[in-house]
Amino acid sequence: MFRYAIKRVFAAIPTLLILIALAFFMIRAAPGGPFDTEKTLHPEIEAKIRAAYHLDEPLYQQLYRYLQGLAQGDFGPSFQYIDRSVTELIREGFPVSLQLGACAMLLALLVGVTAGGWAALRQNRPSDHAVMAASMTGISIPNFVVGPLLILAFAVHLDWLPAGGWPTEGLLARLPNMVMPVIALALPQIAYIARLTRGSMIEVLRSNFIRMARAQGLAQSTILLRHALKPGLLPVLSYLGPATAAVITGSVVVEQIFGVPGLGRHFVQGALNRDYTLVMGVVVFYGVLIILFNFLVDICYGLLDPRVRQRN
Amino acid sequence: MRKTSQNRAAVRQAAGGGRGLWSDAWRALRRNRAAMTAAAILAVVAVLCVFGPALTPVEFDYLDWDYVSVPPSLEGWHLFGTDDLGRDLFVRTLVGGRISLMVGLVATAVSLVIGISYGALAGYLGGRTDQVMMRIVDILYAMPFMFLVILLMVLFGRNIALIFVAIGAINWLDMARIVRGQTLSIKRREFVEAAQAAGVSTPRIIRRHIVPNLFGVVVVYVTLTIPQVILVESFLSFLGLGVQEPMTSWGALVNEGAKELENAPWTLIFPAGFLAATLFCCNFIGDGLRDALDPRDRSA
Repeated sequence: MFRYAIKRVFAAIPTLLILIALAFFMIRAAPGGPFDTEKTLHPEIEAKIRAAYHLDEPLYQQLYRYLQGLAQGDFGPSFQYIDRSVTELIREGFPVSLQLGACAMLLALLVGVTAGGWAALRQNRPSDHAVMAASMTGISIPNFVVGPLLILAFAVHLDWLPAGGWPTEGLLARLPNMVMPVIALALPQIAYIARLTRGSMIEVLRSNFIRMARAQGLAQSTILLRHALKPGLLPVLSYLGPATAAVITGSVVVEQIFGVPGLGRHFVQGALNRDYTLVMGVVVFYGVLIILFNFLVDICYGLLDPRVRQRN
Repeated sequence: MRKTSQNRAAVRQAAGGGRGLWSDAWRALRRNRAAMTAAAILAVVAVLCVFGPALTPVEFDYLDWDYVSVPPSLEGWHLFGTDDLGRDLFVRTLVGGRISLMVGLVATAVSLVIGISYGALAGYLGGRTDQVMMRIVDILYAMPFMFLVILLMVLFGRNIALIFVAIGAINWLDMARIVRGQTLSIKRREFVEAAQAAGVSTPRIIRRHIVPNLFGVVVVYVTLTIPQVILVESFLSFLGLGVQEPMTSWGALVNEGAKELENAPWTLIFPAGFLAATLFCCNFIGDGLRDALDPRDRSA
């Protein structure tokens, strides 16, 4: 198991390096720079600015400088927000995004697993079909459609919840603002997890060891909770990696729709303003996060599934 | 009834037809009422999007200042109403649908070509080559691609061709993995051995013997990729990074509608409905096809 973990760490490093290099060179290859303004700057001043941000150095040196900074947790200065570092901007925006994302993932797991398990137990009955139809709808309606529809229903018509914004004073004041973004983020994931859970639970419930447990006369609840749940949830566990990536991506639009000052909005704003270092910083930060999460999921999978443990 | 169909299949087999899998699958699919309904709805949407704009009297970018933000009505023939610039939403929804559907098809085709060639090559060659090629896929798999695509769209202008390439280029990874797995099992079959023994060249074996036998898996995967791709395109357009004015797509229309939702909710609801219905139908057809082509699941 330990060797497996080490192997996985070494597999993650090239991914990270390629990601950083790709983003870095893509940005430098783009037409137009961060200091393109309406009026043309005096060439000397422009040269000074470029020198201050090390834009006059050869590319490989800039990349090396960037990597050096990254190793120390320094994402460099923002090109658009004067006097602010990207690290600061990330530190400011990420907790907000994290709150939304974590709530959405928890909700998705809770509702998804329950609905999926329930559907598996009532396979091919009307309730099963209803759950499956609902989850197909959840998969088919993207979260940037769910968001505005929720606002239309609950903020405009019913006036139950605020349409957006993010009060900074205390979690309790923020709660009503969080409801709709979290639901919009969680809905597609609920749907995926419900489908996954149903599929694997049906397979597990058909297997021999469950039949054996039934033959021994164990109670239905014991069979479900002690024997079926663990193998049944393994596919859900391995889906958590892609789910995190999807929630992070989704939060970009959801934050935009509900006016939440998270990292996703920084990213879109930075992209529109050609804020090279900010965009790079967010891509790298999220890249590390996704890779890290995938790593943790794989390790958990290895711990829970004896078949994987033995193979490694 | 059952017997005659079995007989027919047997006769066909004896005649060298060997299309048992496909005719079986077709029959299973036709029995799947959800999938057939979905296919019918999708066909209607597609026909509307392709031929509709030519049959309506107004152009999609015509500004009618007498009808600004009017709700759906038969008066003035604005079936879905108009947007805040007085453009007819019905025509715009259909024209936007053209873009969304086209992106779905073309980008899926791009990922199909890359994925099949890559996967089939890796699977057939095997050994070290396979290991290296799949290692590369693993590495790429862990990338936050959506962010790289956003980056790409921001940096290199927002043209449609780039959307095709960008989306196609990120979607081939799954395809390559699936195709490789399938190739591994196909290449041990007798007809491949026979071809090798007969001295057929590797590229020719891959083209003539491996790839045609991949179609079962690939067809299912394609129907599930199309909605994904449409989703990515509308995601980009929603952020304002996809197709540009006055051209439009479902994502761009949803974005405009979301801004107007308080005083003109129809500008949100119609494009959103078309987008959701299309994705819904594609997913249903994909599911139906998978059930139809995969005999293991048929009893379930």
